[in-house]
Amino acid sequence: MISVNNTSFRYIGASSDVLTNVNLQIKDGEFVAIMGENGSGKTTLVKMFNGLLKPRVGSVMIDGTDTREKSVAQLSRDVGLIFQNPDHQLFAETVSEELSFSLRNFGFNEEVVKRRVTNILTALDLEKYVDSSPFVLSGGERKRVALAAILVWDPKHIIMDEPTIGQDYLQKDRLRNFIVQLISQGKTIVIVTHDVEFVAECKPRVVLLSKGTVIADDAATKILTNDELLAQASLVRPQIAELMHQLPISGKTLDIIDAYAAREFLVPKLREAVQTSGHWR
Amino acid sequence: MDPRAKFILTIGIFTTALMFTNVFALITIFLFQIPLILMAKTSRKWLRSMRGGLFLGVFIFIMNFIFGTALVLSIAFTLRFFTIMSAFSFFFMTTSADDLGLALEQIHVPYSISFTFTTAVRLVPTMAVDAQTVVDAQRSRGLELDKGNFMKRVRNYIPILIPLIISAIRRSVELAEALESRAFGATDHRTAIVTLKLHFADYLAIIGTILGLAVAIYVYFRVPLPILVIPIQLPKIF
Repeated sequence: MISVNNTSFRYIGASSDVLTNVNLQIKDGEFVAIMGENGSGKTTLVKMFNGLLKPRVGSVMIDGTDTREKSVAQLSRDVGLIFQNPDHQLFAETVSEELSFSLRNFGFNEEVVKRRVTNILTALDLEKYVDSSPFVLSGGERKRVALAAILVWDPKHIIMDEPTIGQDYLQKDRLRNFIVQLISQGKTIVIVTHDVEFVAECKPRVVLLSKGTVIADDAATKILTNDELLAQASLVRPQIAELMHQLPISGKTLDIIDAYAAREFLVPKLREAVQTSGHWR
Repeated sequence: MDPRAKFILTIGIFTTALMFTNVFALITIFLFQIPLILMAKTSRKWLRSMRGGLFLGVFIFIMNFIFGTALVLSIAFTLRFFTIMSAFSFFFMTTSADDLGLALEQIHVPYSISFTFTTAVRLVPTMAVDAQTVVDAQRSRGLELDKGNFMKRVRNYIPILIPLIISAIRRSVELAEALESRAFGATDHRTAIVTLKLHFADYLAIIGTILGLAVAIYVYFRVPLPILVIPIQLPKIF
């Protein structure tokens, strides 16, 4: 469990807090999206989960241990943090060397290293790049290698900072399926994102940050249809939610935010309307 | 103050510091800068930059001393390092990248060179942020920079340096493409909306620097300076 208790944080030399009195509990196996405007403190918050940043006030507990009591390396064994830009972490000559790096840091023996690298390459469809340099891969592929480089040691809690940036629709869909798979394995998934469409498709619990404080913490359907909250966090409704908002059925608007639910709801209604009127108007 | 006058002053201090190995002379040159730093109201930043150079200063002293340089001379080399570092810190702390570019253009340095120089200066803070992000990313993968013996610690920096160099190269390629897309270098003769003009204080600084240099040269050749004697020296290794 990740537990953030009355936490405030300020960068050295800054005159004000980036995070103010944040309280947040994330249970094991939960899927949470942290959303908010630029500079709202999202990345700062998740950097506290593996001890890269320590709270100025309050505490951050990972499975009952205060992050102040452990080193980043010790915490990272359980909390895998995937950075936004893969170019900030890739350095090895080959993809397989890149994936082995963290396993060797954590002291796994060579046999386990080899097996785990092979498994993760297969899981993320990267086998053909095993001997390629990470630097010759496309942006999307490098992002997948960076993801694999964290998942390879099988951390219990997985934190992804802006995982959908630079990904095409197919890659986003793959990522969504992969997240579902990880959740089914009991992993805790926390994503930091601005991508309302991706969140609408995944429908996690959403924690909304604005100016360093949590302004809402609820189901995606509730938050992504609340215009007042979205405006505070400089976000907009997902397109499907906007369509459903503009399309009152029986005088009511419906809180449908994803394409699948919208299709389930709208297709029979449209069929019925067409059959009744005999043609499209 | 005009960046050209400040640069001449900095070069004056730099040259004087290189001329002397006498501890008292170097202390005098170092102390000469203090009123300037106080006048420029940059004492806090200056102290921070001196603290940043402390490790390198101590390293210079230890390396000189253990490889057989006399104790006094090792102190002098360290003082020289701090004096030169202080002079350049003062210059860069009080001169914006724009002023620097303007100064270079007005002393007829080709625009492509002055632009490269000012861009490099401007990118230093960005590189520092990048470096911190890379360190964070690798620490999140279990890298412990301060673990192991000396060679292991040096090797620990490879996963930091490579992403940093690669991202710097990527950024420079992107920057070059963006500049070319915006017609960089399309005209041979650029005009500047702001032109630099030397004022009384600038002339005073330039004349002061020339006089200071003249005094330093005179002292160097003609005036016997007091010598600090501490007869401690390790045997020479090489």
